[in-house]
Amino acid sequence: MNFDFSDDQQAIKRTAKDLLGARFTPDRLRELAESGTYDDVVWKELCELGWPGIFVADERGGQGLGIVELVILMEELGYALAPLPFLSGAAAGLALQAAGSDEQQDRWLAGIASGEVRATVGLASNGEARLVPDAEGAEVIVLLDREGGRLVEAAEAQVDPLATIDATRRFARVRADGGDPLPGDTSAALDGIVTALAAELTGISQRAMEMAVEYARDRKQFGRAIGSYQAVAHRCAQMLLETEGARSASYYAAWTADAEPESFPAAASMAKAYASDAAWRVTASSLQVHGGIGFTWEHDLHFFLKRAKAGGLLYGSAGQHRERVAELTGFATEPAHA
Amino acid sequence: MDLTLSPSEEAFRDELRAWLADNHPGEDPPDDDAAFEHRRVWQKRLHEAGYAGFSWPKEFGGRGATLVEQALFGEEMARAKAPQPVNVLGMVMGGPVVIAHGDDTQKERFLRPILSGDEIWCQGFSEPESGSDLASLKTRAVKSNGEWVVTGQKVWTSYAHKAKWCMLVARTDPDAQKHAGLTYFIMDMDQEAVQVRPLRQITGEAEFNELFIEEARIPDENVVGGVGNGWSVAITTLMHERAGLGASAAAGMRVALAELSELAHERGVTGDPVVRQKLAQLTIEVELLRLNAWRGLTAIMKTGVPGPEGSVVKWQWGELNQSLTELAVDILGEDGALWDSPWTYRFLRARANSIEGGTTEILKNIVAERVLGLPKLR
Repeated sequence: MNFDFSDDQQAIKRTAKDLLGARFTPDRLRELAESGTYDDVVWKELCELGWPGIFVADERGGQGLGIVELVILMEELGYALAPLPFLSGAAAGLALQAAGSDEQQDRWLAGIASGEVRATVGLASNGEARLVPDAEGAEVIVLLDREGGRLVEAAEAQVDPLATIDATRRFARVRADGGDPLPGDTSAALDGIVTALAAELTGISQRAMEMAVEYARDRKQFGRAIGSYQAVAHRCAQMLLETEGARSASYYAAWTADAEPESFPAAASMAKAYASDAAWRVTASSLQVHGGIGFTWEHDLHFFLKRAKAGGLLYGSAGQHRERVAELTGFATEPAHA
Repeated sequence: MDLTLSPSEEAFRDELRAWLADNHPGEDPPDDDAAFEHRRVWQKRLHEAGYAGFSWPKEFGGRGATLVEQALFGEEMARAKAPQPVNVLGMVMGGPVVIAHGDDTQKERFLRPILSGDEIWCQGFSEPESGSDLASLKTRAVKSNGEWVVTGQKVWTSYAHKAKWCMLVARTDPDAQKHAGLTYFIMDMDQEAVQVRPLRQITGEAEFNELFIEEARIPDENVVGGVGNGWSVAITTLMHERAGLGASAAAGMRVALAELSELAHERGVTGDPVVRQKLAQLTIEVELLRLNAWRGLTAIMKTGVPGPEGSVVKWQWGELNQSLTELAVDILGEDGALWDSPWTYRFLRARANSIEGGTTEILKNIVAERVLGLPKLR
């Protein structure tokens, strides 16, 4: 029994935190967010370090590590609010690795693992995926729906860029019929994707909490630090409870992916549901602690709040994942509208 | 990261599970005195099997169990819905204090009868004017002719009417700074000067008592940890109270969740989307309580102190048990207002969960000050 990372995993976490912290300074982050662009130089650097393929098998050109290591990177990418096409590529890699045929994997996986191929995943219904990260410019898009998954190449899809509240990630709407079906079971792919996203949301929560605590220590009103008032301090304590809960849930889900796959679907939906709520509540509560300054465009907090909300809605909202938990745990097995 | 049990831990759990299946004493009888005797017999049975004082070192009659074994023990007891052994306060709080701070004579005298259940312990910390602000307590102890004379009032003292010994914290130096003037005593409850009055609670039963102490006598050899050190000695017991809670609380909530799910099925509300959302949310939070408890345990094993996630477990548990029992009563609808519904007692009793063992507000203060490093609160 050891609910903590190995020394190697700790080293990955530290390296990722230091590197992303150095690259995405507040000024740089703002510059990227306000221009709606990604940092191509940093992306190239991360590709050289093998980040996009961290969970992809060695023989497919990846690092051969697992979902736990992916989750470690995602948490730090969320903490840094990194504007990079990492999630989209990882999502496509997860989908292909879990459900793709040998031919499909041969064709795409190595490129995704090296970062040379831009790819993404959309949750589709009636041929349309309404919120797909990095679909514009993607060579290949995996569309997942109730029936399974299919690979759609850029030329086959209609991609309409969207203006979303999240300035640190680019989204589009995708319409496509046909495509090349993924023969395997795509549910494990979706579990991996939402677990990774839950970890990103955990990182965002951690950062928004740290910002609130720092502000509550520094900001003085009525002659003392506002963090010495219980109303403010208890808000911050609540942020810790929710952030740690999101962390436990996403680490656990990541662990089940490789070690206890039968527990993975419920664990993944639990993590996504809890982390989505937590990230919204923690960032919103952090804004409240910041008071008026937190509501201004010039303060960075709103970038976190908006990515938290968009991430919470992406790949199934908290409510949708709770419904899946109800189905999977057998506590409530009748159909919702019997 | 490895959340599986080692072969020896698994063997331990299976052995315990089998033992519990054969030795489970059944539910408490409804009558209070009968329930007490029932739990005393249960204590003896646990003791004979070597399961009493599980975390205590072997030299004091315990088992020297590892933290993981302690957590598994708590989980299995909760899973089997086994009653608390009668001397839970002695085992969880009194004994560990004597082991940590007592002298050899005290260890020899007090420890074994705790485990056997021959001497029941109760706790005299809180007072009517000193709840969360425990260090402001006013009960006085004055030394006279080699013994201590104690006068004051204590409250929330469970098992006081059955107890032989009371862990008593009293003020021995009224001029010292408030924490510095306190001393920890082991007081004999068997004297006229100690009057016990049951305290009826909102559930209708009297689980707790008030103690009226009028010049009670305590021999000097029953001071634990030295005169004036009562605060740090008492804190040991509070830490013990919280450290062992996580895994067994989570396992208890799992059992409760299964019962709630059964109720939802019986009442035919599992297709109601609102109920499904709430059940799913509770399912998630019960699972998180378990995960946070185990993460906290890993942190203690690695660093010797609970990590941040460990400090929220008691707070989280209190709120969770309240929401769970509230949903049960809401599902029962009009029947939820009846005294004889099986959930009514639990629903009402749950209101104390965010007060007993540290109010949620105090726990949030602890998280804010000690985990987040916010300034001293006022």
